[in-house]
Amino acid sequence: MSMSEVLHVERSNYLATIADLKSQGFEMCVDVTGVDYLTNMDRPLPDGVIAERFEVVVNLLSLSTKSRQRIRVQVPEDDPTIETLFFLYPGSEAMEREIYDLLGIRFLNHPDLTRILMPEGWEGHPLRKDYAVGAVPVQFKSVNGAG
Amino acid sequence: MAENVNNHGDADRVAEEEIPESYAFISETSEGAQELHEQTETSRYELATEYGSTLRLPEGAGVDPGDIDIEFADEKMIINLGPQHPSTHGVLRVMMELDGEVILRTKPVIGYLHTGMEKTGENLTYLQGPTNVTRMDYLSPFSNELVFSLATEKLLGIEIPDRATWIRMLMAELNRCSSHLMWMATNGMDLGSSSMMIYGFREREMVLSFFEKVTGLRMNHNYIRPGGVAADLPDGWEDDVMSILETIPGRLDEYDELLTGQPIFRERVDNVGIITAEQAIALSATGPILRSTGVAWDLRRDMPYLNYDKVEFDVIVGSIGDCFDRYSVRLNEIRESLRIIAQIVEKMPAGDYKTQDRKVTPPPRVRIDESMEALIHHFKIYTEGFKVPEGEVYVGIESARGEIGCYMVSDGSAKPYRMHIRGPSFVNLQTLPTMLRGGIIADAIASISSVDPVLGEVDR
Repeated sequence: MSMSEVLHVERSNYLATIADLKSQGFEMCVDVTGVDYLTNMDRPLPDGVIAERFEVVVNLLSLSTKSRQRIRVQVPEDDPTIETLFFLYPGSEAMEREIYDLLGIRFLNHPDLTRILMPEGWEGHPLRKDYAVGAVPVQFKSVNGAG
Repeated sequence: MAENVNNHGDADRVAEEEIPESYAFISETSEGAQELHEQTETSRYELATEYGSTLRLPEGAGVDPGDIDIEFADEKMIINLGPQHPSTHGVLRVMMELDGEVILRTKPVIGYLHTGMEKTGENLTYLQGPTNVTRMDYLSPFSNELVFSLATEKLLGIEIPDRATWIRMLMAELNRCSSHLMWMATNGMDLGSSSMMIYGFREREMVLSFFEKVTGLRMNHNYIRPGGVAADLPDGWEDDVMSILETIPGRLDEYDELLTGQPIFRERVDNVGIITAEQAIALSATGPILRSTGVAWDLRRDMPYLNYDKVEFDVIVGSIGDCFDRYSVRLNEIRESLRIIAQIVEKMPAGDYKTQDRKVTPPPRVRIDESMEALIHHFKIYTEGFKVPEGEVYVGIESARGEIGCYMVSDGSAKPYRMHIRGPSFVNLQTLPTMLRGGIIADAIASISSVDPVLGEVDR
């Protein structure tokens, strides 16, 4: 198993870095995911990286050089937004929708930022650490506005 | 409180009133309907990006929405296929915009089987984790357990015994066979060959009986666990595997006769649902879909894990990426898997089937009566689980559907801080709009089937 490299990127530099990596031969965006570090703010990070509540983690794959690259971006709690990768890697569309749905990180310029796994109209983002498990009543989707 | 919260724009005031954090973005939690809308209700920009993504050009360069011609046909209709439809493989709902019989836009609407498995995973110890993940892709449960275990072991930094690695490979490859056989069966059924349905299930049952003998369960095994596998292979396992190896190749030849050369079947799959290599890569498709376009990419060969570098096999590729290519890739992958299994049977070493690291593996029952230390280890593992060093890791392996990945974050406790599974079906489903566009609705069934989505994994 080849070791994947981890790169910490500033949010302002995020899109440019990924575009650069793409031109270096990382043809495929394998995975986009996010983590809510609410209860683990003092996690180990390299010098110069300021820990924020959210992290967006992107996994790129190069088919030509058979290598992986992982990019971690810190996303602050009071402004949980980040640029979309859709225009670089259209395959990131559903994965970004999933993070938006489950973690509430908004992807700017995403063509269709709607909930994907939870029903539309659901309140809150379940994968957040402060989303109480079992404390939220089950919500059902109404049919044609009834109920 | 809920009414308060629904006042859009009051997020700040609401937050001050010490309402749980997750409620702070209520005005942003509903972004509108997930359905496909009529073109008249869709903005030009949205349509163009949709087309831009489905008609993604080589280089994958961003297409300027203004440059794309949107043809407005007169008679358009949006129809729903699913979520309850026998050919959508579970609870997949596909919304299609039709012009007569021709499909223009497609949108898979998912989430009907969402059970929050990633959230559940955060509340289970690493030892309980495989029970949870095995239920995601229920047709190839061993891949799920394997990727979870590999990620945990990478964080733990432990080596597992050689025999355990080979057993894992044996089970993973048999699972690839059973999963592809199941696909052959349902694909046959979707295209009107009910005999294929019976045959595919018959052969799959052989493999599942072996799984039952080894793990005690036909599906959802919880057999591959961090540290090794749950139990050693039973006596006489070689005979069972040999009988599988002897029976299935002949049956595959029968499938060839039944389907591959048969004009009615070929009419349904040839040149249907074409996707190019550039599109597949841009849309992050992996597995048989990517290989059907002619890209020889298989993690088993290209980024070997377990002992795949010690066995010989070929990566099967297609040529034009139509439904027939995906069919033949899967059919021949069963043959390659059988080839690997034959080598595994030969090479299976003797030894432990799980690591003897007592911090990870519970001690055998007899030791508990003899040793206080064993009793403590046993108690510790079953009450609080084993602690995993702080860190984060991504592991990707080749499941029957493509790259299944596990991104695991540990905060040093006995439960994963975050456990994310990159489901190949979830990502591969994005290729559907491209495959269906411009085709006719009868071909949609063939294309949906050829993506081989497992909704348990799509929705997780």
